[in-house]
Amino acid sequence: MSHRRFHHPENHEPFAFTKESEDTIAWWERKYPAERRASTVIPALWITQKQNNGWLSEPALRAVADRLGMTYIRVYEIATFYTMFNLEPVGKYHFQVCGTTPCMLRGADRLKEFCERKIGPKGHVSGGGKFSWVEVECLGACVNAPMIQINDYYYEDLSIEALEKIIDDFAAGKEPAPGPYVKRQTSAPEGPPTSLTDEALYDGSKAKPLASIPNAPKPPEPAQT
Amino acid sequence: MLLDKDRIFTNLYGRHDWRLEAAKKRGAWNSTKELMQFGPEWICDQIKASGLRGRGGAGFPTGLKWTFMPKVVKDRPHYLVVNADESEPGTCKDRDIMRHDPHLLIEGCLIASFAMRANKCYIYLRGEYIFERETLEKAVAEAYQAGLVGKNACGSGWDFDIYIHHGAGAYICGEETALLESLEGKKGQPRLKPPFPANAGLYGCPTTVNNVESIAVAPTILRRGAGWFAGFGRPNNTGTKVFCISGHVERPCNVEEEMSIPLKTLIEEHCGGVRGGWGNLKAIIPGGSSVPMIPKDICDTVLMDFDALRDVKSGLGTAAVIVMDKSTDLVRAIARIAYFYKHESCGQCTPCREGTGWMWRVLERMVKGEAETSEIDTLLDVASQVEGHTICALGDAAAWPIQGLIRHFRQEIEDRITNYRQGRPHVAGHTLAAE
Repeated sequence: MSHRRFHHPENHEPFAFTKESEDTIAWWERKYPAERRASTVIPALWITQKQNNGWLSEPALRAVADRLGMTYIRVYEIATFYTMFNLEPVGKYHFQVCGTTPCMLRGADRLKEFCERKIGPKGHVSGGGKFSWVEVECLGACVNAPMIQINDYYYEDLSIEALEKIIDDFAAGKEPAPGPYVKRQTSAPEGPPTSLTDEALYDGSKAKPLASIPNAPKPPEPAQT
Repeated sequence: MLLDKDRIFTNLYGRHDWRLEAAKKRGAWNSTKELMQFGPEWICDQIKASGLRGRGGAGFPTGLKWTFMPKVVKDRPHYLVVNADESEPGTCKDRDIMRHDPHLLIEGCLIASFAMRANKCYIYLRGEYIFERETLEKAVAEAYQAGLVGKNACGSGWDFDIYIHHGAGAYICGEETALLESLEGKKGQPRLKPPFPANAGLYGCPTTVNNVESIAVAPTILRRGAGWFAGFGRPNNTGTKVFCISGHVERPCNVEEEMSIPLKTLIEEHCGGVRGGWGNLKAIIPGGSSVPMIPKDICDTVLMDFDALRDVKSGLGTAAVIVMDKSTDLVRAIARIAYFYKHESCGQCTPCREGTGWMWRVLERMVKGEAETSEIDTLLDVASQVEGHTICALGDAAAWPIQGLIRHFRQEIEDRITNYRQGRPHVAGHTLAAE
């Protein structure tokens, strides 16, 4: 299991929801039965983390608990269990480097070393609050390995050169585009396509109403008179 | 080899628009109302006849699972919960379905919910899939707008609501009961079964949890007929399947192929072969990190389906093929997987909580060779004591890769230990590590 806890929560700043966060939480709340408000807790914590510059402070947890009518310990438990909740401040651009085997096989170690050189030690904020990085477990983009999640989006098929450019761009205030950093479309193989080349799939012929439903039950025999 | 005309996910790579109009043109939402007119039993029968087995890893027959739900709705509502918490290392197929073909999934949710007499469906996405969630939310909004879901969905007379929920980075929430716990706003710790979710699932109500791919293929199966789907692959292993091929291949990719395709064909046809040629292959993990690896001589001939891989003491799992060539340090690759399970154990059952950490630490020493040869057997013994002694399958999943490594590559660990020992005074490895 991963062990996570707050360090020095006594120094945390007070927290209050913005109107926008309030509204988004209320929108999520409507998805669940009225008596099951606790279901909103993960989305609510996520919204709170977004508002609080990418991490959850102790006062923020209390605000969520009060908002959803949950006891503090229940919310505390969730925040420490789920690893997407950061319990310490992170950089404005938070890099989550996938280090699990499929990425490792394709060079995640090199990306980690590079982050360490360029950004600093794992889990520390550098560049005047701009950057931080951590190693995370499989992010589910294995055919685009190695990859990094930067804030919300996936940067895939990375080389050291591509990563360096991305970091420099962020440092210069630009927003480099997410997606694969080699010449390919999403999860398709590089080079000529090996499937989905038949134009008949896309000419609208598939949208014609079905002539008959396969295996339709036979209509009942008309009653004998 | 599967022909394009028989592929279900025709926008797997996002070369075309995912939005409703374009999805309809590709055949989504075609005659949905007509498919629903023969009632829930007919749908379940069709899915059963198609031989569709769950695409989330366990391979349980989907149609059969649907029939476990009560036949009449009593005091408690029924729920369909779609497991989109795709976190098995190597697997990234559901991601493509959600971001590029979301309407097939939404249509599948309607049909499956109707077949199970559920008026509500939750799709539980993994938290990191933020782009996918945004796309899916937009697609759901489109479907509501067009009257395809909501009150009197598609004009079928069935009221159907669909909601997107998300997690926050816990692999264990891919286990169905942990997922339900998480959806209820708790820590994702698996429940004891029974009661099974079909009796007491989400909020204590009858619930079925299905993988994204299992749900998303359902409408096409009904439209084209169970016999069409059953025509692919071998008996008991039918249909088409999205494979994810990662690791040491020339061109890693996702691709929809027919079940029972030879592993070698899959890699050579779609991925440009193993890096450095087939001869450079060392081992393959054929179904996501949880299943035992198979060495090259088995890879030469094995078919990619549930039964063929079970017969070689591995498994199809999620059909995530992780290829490792001769340059791979297999011990390290498995040690990294062991670290993954140590990190993701929920901590509820002692054998898993303690065992995963223990196994990882031993493997890390074995990577360096800093161990005793006899510890290989101890490791195997501990792995077998974790396996089958936990509430959920995470304990098993942590044990299998290690068992696979020792079964096929024991020599490699032994050599490493011997090499490490050479030129060093004879001391027990574990006492060194304790310092």
